[in-house]
Amino acid sequence: MSSKKVYWKSVAQLDKGNELVKKLEQNEFIDQIPVDDFLGDEHTMSQSKTNRRDFLKYVGFSTAAASLASCEGPVIKSVPYVVQPEQIIPGIANYYATAIADGFDFRSILIKTREGRPIKVENNKDASILGDANARVHASVLSMYDIKRLQVPKAKGQDITWSDFYSQVGAKIKAMAVSEKPIVLITQTFASPTTQNIIEKFIAQFPNVSHVVYDTLSSSHALDAFENVYGVRALADYDFSKAETIVSIGADLLGDWQGGGYDSNYAKRRVPKEQNGKSEMSYHIQFESNMTLSGANADNRIPTDPDSQKKIIAQIYSQLTGRTSSLSELNPQLKKVVDNSVLRLKKSKSKAVIVSGIDDVAVQEVVLAINEYLGSDAMDTAQPKFIRQGSKKAVNQLIDDMQKGKVKGLITAGVNPSFTLPNSEIFNTAYSKLEFSLAFALKEDETATAAQFVAATPHYLESWGDYQFKKGHYALAQPTIRPLFDTQQFQDVLLKLSGSTNTYYNEIKSNWTEKNILKENSWNKTLHDGCFSTGDVIESNGVSFDLGHQIKTLSKASSGDMSLVLYPKTGMGDGQQANNPWLQEFPDPISRVSWDNYLTVSAIDAKRIGLKNVNVSDGALNGSYANVTVAGKSIVAPVLIQPGQAKGTVGMAFGYGQRRGLQEEMQVGVNAFPFYNDFNSVQEVKITPADGYHEFACVQLHNTLMGRGDIIKETTLEIFNTKDKEYWNPIPKVSKNHMEYEVTSPEVDMWQSFDRSVGHHFNLSIDLNSCTGCGACVIACHAENNVPVVGKQEIRKSRDMHWLRIDRYYSSGESFGDDNQTKEDISGLGDSLTTFGEMEKASENPQVAFQPVMCQHCNHAPCETVCPVAATSHGRQGQNHMAYNRCIGTRYCANNCPYKVRRFNWFLYNKNDEFDYHMNNDLGRMVLNPDVVVRSRGVMEKCSMCIQMTQKAILDAKLEGRQIKDGDFKCACSDACSSGAMVFGDVNDKSSIVSGLKEDERMYHLLESVGTKPNVMYQTKVRNTDETLK
Amino acid sequence: MDFRKDTLLSLPFKLIEVFFRNLSSSRLTVLLTSAFTLFSIFFLFAQEADVQAGKKLFNANCASCHKLNKKAVGPALKGVSAKYDREWLYSWIKNSSAMIKDGDPQAIAVWEEYNKVAMNAFPMLSNADIDNILAYSDYTPPAPVAVASNQQPASSSGTSNDLILVALTLVFIILVVMLFLVQKTLKRIAFASGVDISPTVKEKRPPLWQVVAKNHFLIFLLVVGFLLSSAYFVYGFLMQVGIDQGYMPVQPIHYSHKIHAGANQIECKYCHSSARVSKHSGIPSLNVCMNCHKNIAEYNGEEDIENGYTKEFYTKEIKKLYDAVGWDEDNQAYTGNIKPVKWVRIHNLPDFVYFNHAQHVQVGDIECQTCHGPVEEMEVMYQYSSLTMGWCINCHRETNVKVKDNEYYAKIHEELSKKYGVEKLTVAQMGGLECGKCHY
Repeated sequence: MSSKKVYWKSVAQLDKGNELVKKLEQNEFIDQIPVDDFLGDEHTMSQSKTNRRDFLKYVGFSTAAASLASCEGPVIKSVPYVVQPEQIIPGIANYYATAIADGFDFRSILIKTREGRPIKVENNKDASILGDANARVHASVLSMYDIKRLQVPKAKGQDITWSDFYSQVGAKIKAMAVSEKPIVLITQTFASPTTQNIIEKFIAQFPNVSHVVYDTLSSSHALDAFENVYGVRALADYDFSKAETIVSIGADLLGDWQGGGYDSNYAKRRVPKEQNGKSEMSYHIQFESNMTLSGANADNRIPTDPDSQKKIIAQIYSQLTGRTSSLSELNPQLKKVVDNSVLRLKKSKSKAVIVSGIDDVAVQEVVLAINEYLGSDAMDTAQPKFIRQGSKKAVNQLIDDMQKGKVKGLITAGVNPSFTLPNSEIFNTAYSKLEFSLAFALKEDETATAAQFVAATPHYLESWGDYQFKKGHYALAQPTIRPLFDTQQFQDVLLKLSGSTNTYYNEIKSNWTEKNILKENSWNKTLHDGCFSTGDVIESNGVSFDLGHQIKTLSKASSGDMSLVLYPKTGMGDGQQANNPWLQEFPDPISRVSWDNYLTVSAIDAKRIGLKNVNVSDGALNGSYANVTVAGKSIVAPVLIQPGQAKGTVGMAFGYGQRRGLQEEMQVGVNAFPFYNDFNSVQEVKITPADGYHEFACVQLHNTLMGRGDIIKETTLEIFNTKDKEYWNPIPKVSKNHMEYEVTSPEVDMWQSFDRSVGHHFNLSIDLNSCTGCGACVIACHAENNVPVVGKQEIRKSRDMHWLRIDRYYSSGESFGDDNQTKEDISGLGDSLTTFGEMEKASENPQVAFQPVMCQHCNHAPCETVCPVAATSHGRQGQNHMAYNRCIGTRYCANNCPYKVRRFNWFLYNKNDEFDYHMNNDLGRMVLNPDVVVRSRGVMEKCSMCIQMTQKAILDAKLEGRQIKDGDFKCACSDACSSGAMVFGDVNDKSSIVSGLKEDERMYHLLESVGTKPNVMYQTKVRNTDETLK
Repeated sequence: MDFRKDTLLSLPFKLIEVFFRNLSSSRLTVLLTSAFTLFSIFFLFAQEADVQAGKKLFNANCASCHKLNKKAVGPALKGVSAKYDREWLYSWIKNSSAMIKDGDPQAIAVWEEYNKVAMNAFPMLSNADIDNILAYSDYTPPAPVAVASNQQPASSSGTSNDLILVALTLVFIILVVMLFLVQKTLKRIAFASGVDISPTVKEKRPPLWQVVAKNHFLIFLLVVGFLLSSAYFVYGFLMQVGIDQGYMPVQPIHYSHKIHAGANQIECKYCHSSARVSKHSGIPSLNVCMNCHKNIAEYNGEEDIENGYTKEFYTKEIKKLYDAVGWDEDNQAYTGNIKPVKWVRIHNLPDFVYFNHAQHVQVGDIECQTCHGPVEEMEVMYQYSSLTMGWCINCHRETNVKVKDNEYYAKIHEELSKKYGVEKLTVAQMGGLECGKCHY
């Protein structure tokens, strides 16, 4: 029997008596069209001078005029190249390997360009490390076409030329060097060997300059710990595919913890694989406060406040090594889990790993010590990562010096301290008093606005660069387009200011060839591949730990009764790309809220403090405001009740609340940086309710699956190993002539099927085990298919246009049926109060499952039969086609779709000032994919299974006169999926991976009982809840 | 200005035009005179260096860099035989770089004058060949004899239509005036002779419209007829909205496909090379034009004087190209001063249609002319086909997929042809009628 767990998307759904939920289950649109309000208004109607006849005349006349006007076609001009570059053929995409390193995201990627325009980011599968783009990196291509970018250098707010810039800035720096006035160069982490050289040369030229590295979201504590132990300022790298047991204490290892990029290796071990006669997968235990992606994917998630986390880590260390004793006791519930974790760590030994995200040097040292003790294969300290370099001590020192007037000049590059520093008001006051300030900036952000000189820098896609992400793992970045504006790279400017005639490109090339990074390898090949690795390791002289004292302090950790845990949101990160409409509209994988950040509060705390979330009449979510006070600083933030939030903690995301260099539409959310005191993500906080309600754009209660169950099938590893498929993944049965048939049987099928045995037949498999919910596919789909951005208000009306959504389901311990029964049995008020209280408990720490849902491309598609104009039809290759030009917008198809994947263009989303996003300006439209039409108002659209990509693969094969290999067929989503959860291919090709997956025991179709025979399949989620150790 | 020429309407006029053109004796005269001159030239110079042989050799070996009267990549060749010593010329032509190496001062001077680009060596030319070439380069053809008489009929035929029209109009006006006068005179005579010319009053019959109005069945028929015919015309009108068949816009440069693809037999895909690999056939970039036009600075082909397509006209168009691409003819160098040409796009498929040239041209091996019509005969390019969906579909229904030697089709063709029980598969049978194959 399959798991009887019932999933729910929102707390409100648990309450079966809720009128709203009932209504929404039957009716997608909760409000009736207010015809009576309008027509019933006798007074206004009689006042109107336009009577019915006149109205009809106007309509008739305008229709006739419009049709006449449309008879004459426009004259379209075509301008070919004067000299066509050899590599560019109109209509053919070029790919370039490059790398992003914006100080927060570091990745090796491929850029797809069409006619010289970069239009899409793809994973660099050749890269040895960090080759998988996340949602932000996928969206970064749109940030290049940002109309808010700086186009020319500025001096005191006025546009100037570069030659003026050089003469003025050069003179200033020289003058200050002569008078020995200290200048500080504060930059992001570059992780770039050549940039390091250039900065060193610059400092050699101007000895009054010193360099400070500042990470907006700091990993300073982990860096300090690693430096203390291994002598190198770097971060240990982890390969979770080598780990059988993963213990994470407050580390969002699937999110942006220490630069992120761990999800693909993590996912490799999450799929049950045959080993010694039984299937095995890794076991992941997560102690955390906020509900994160990692917690959502963990087998065992324990919501704990940050203090307990410190205690837990001390406990684990002492129990494991037996070195320290007499620690303060944990509460029995936690103790049980900790004991279990220790047991597992001991059992797995070198196949175990422990990680922590707590901003505390002691904790980070303990983590390293435990992994060393275990001899963890997953931890790599010989080739550590360099993608975070910032030092909180240096930054704090700098601000102190600025305040005291010791620093006379400041050069910022890639950072926006005016906004992101916790004590930005102190910084800003001191900054305005500086003798010299120069900001290298992409946009006119807070720092650039206040700076005397602003050097406009190019986007990374217009730049050269070299990086060492990890010891021995290098990456090269090359421009994929000529700079759109009059911009110059930071490195080029530094070179020129230090009197060099060399360009940054030449410096990189000579550095790589002369310094022998490449040795015998070819520069051109490396540039083509975008990455290069050597076996270099760091030199470390022995490791020793003396942690007795630290463990004692950790075990006594205690702070106030409420802690605020700050975190970067999957879509926004550190907020550099806040002006990117794709990212703003990207629903958070956990909360499913777009266009906002908020204070996440547990249901119990919310009730205690008096904070509420309510759904208004159309299902949209409203949340009450709260005053959030940290160390005397207070802001008002909206509240989102987050199931799984540890009691006594609240969470808030960085990256929002910016006002400078942003379009008005993107100026959303509240700024959490002022709370980031001493670069510690955990802060003591006071929460009090505030007046009013905030309107969220949440896609939570929308597109409900109409209360039908068995949407996510899941089982445990034990059952999976011991029981038959019929038990844990049965195919629903129906009765015909008193005989039971499986719904997939032709016996009970009233459809005439096409013969699909000839040619290609595309299928997409989605593995619920390896899907981490990262959302890279959502953005990749946006980019590939020209999906419009509709804005906060439209999202709120459930008019989001995402072709691919990642449904997130919370599950409660018991089945929904039992809950219903319990509720039915309630007698009297007293009983109801206690019962409802118990039901609330279920949501305290829910299990989570992610399910990407796009058009299921049903072979027996309900949408196709109801279209009155045959605008949607089926292809032999399995795709459900949508001919936009044929669609008249009846929306019958959307109503008849059991998966709710069809999206209607309620408005014209391009060239429309009402939707002032990238499709409303020439620059932003450059990102559009020319192979996919931009839909107009009044037509239905949906996932096409990237038919433009499958068709392209077929055409290429025809042109080259060859058979198609497995792997040639791709979808934007499957291509972007680095965890391997999405596999696309031709099931008629028996050698393909996807045809194997179709026969897999875990395979099931969404809502199989409906009999739609989809071409998208899911693999049952298996949880590793190995009871033997518990 | 762009205009859409109604091909159907203009067809009869065109036919007449062609008929008249053929009748005119001008071509015949040209032919005769040129034959005569050639003959006389041959006769005159047959004994000395052979000008005809020289012309052949010149065209084969020298014309890519030299012109007779004008500087090209190399100097103009007219008069070189007088300028340099014959022996020097022999060795220069056979191997100029050797001379430069040996330090011949004259050779170095020439080499330096022409941007230090050495002339190709022609060791295969014999001294006699070189003599022939030089003879050709020195030869001045005698002034054409019959040129003046040629011009006459051509220009008169151009104005004759107007003249006849004016004359006819005059005659009609005179006739009307005369009739009026005659009637006036007759009236006067009648009055004088006392004849009563007032019309006799006939018995009143009901007018036709009243008869019709009273017949309800007839009205019914008329109304039905009227509605049907107007519906027919409305339908016809609406169905041609957005169809630009015959669309022939005026282009910024008068580019004649007739000369390039027709007279010179240049393969379509030489210029529209991306049609082989890409979805776009591509408007050739100007550097492609310059592959040939670096050397072809003036037009020397046939003229169409009636339409004003004279040699001067075409040469002027080539100059427009030079202007756009920034080619300095005198110095034979690019100035870098470019003005991209804004061509008027003729074939406009709507955004919601995906059409791939490579798929048709390369995979399907379909002639460009199948859709674009007789381009090699088009002086001005126009849209030949309707480019409607019905037109596409029709072709997909009728055309067999070219599967030969294409391994992609091997399996699918075998299986599908077995399924349908046919030898050859049409595009439609392969799935070429599915919406999503073109609309996404």
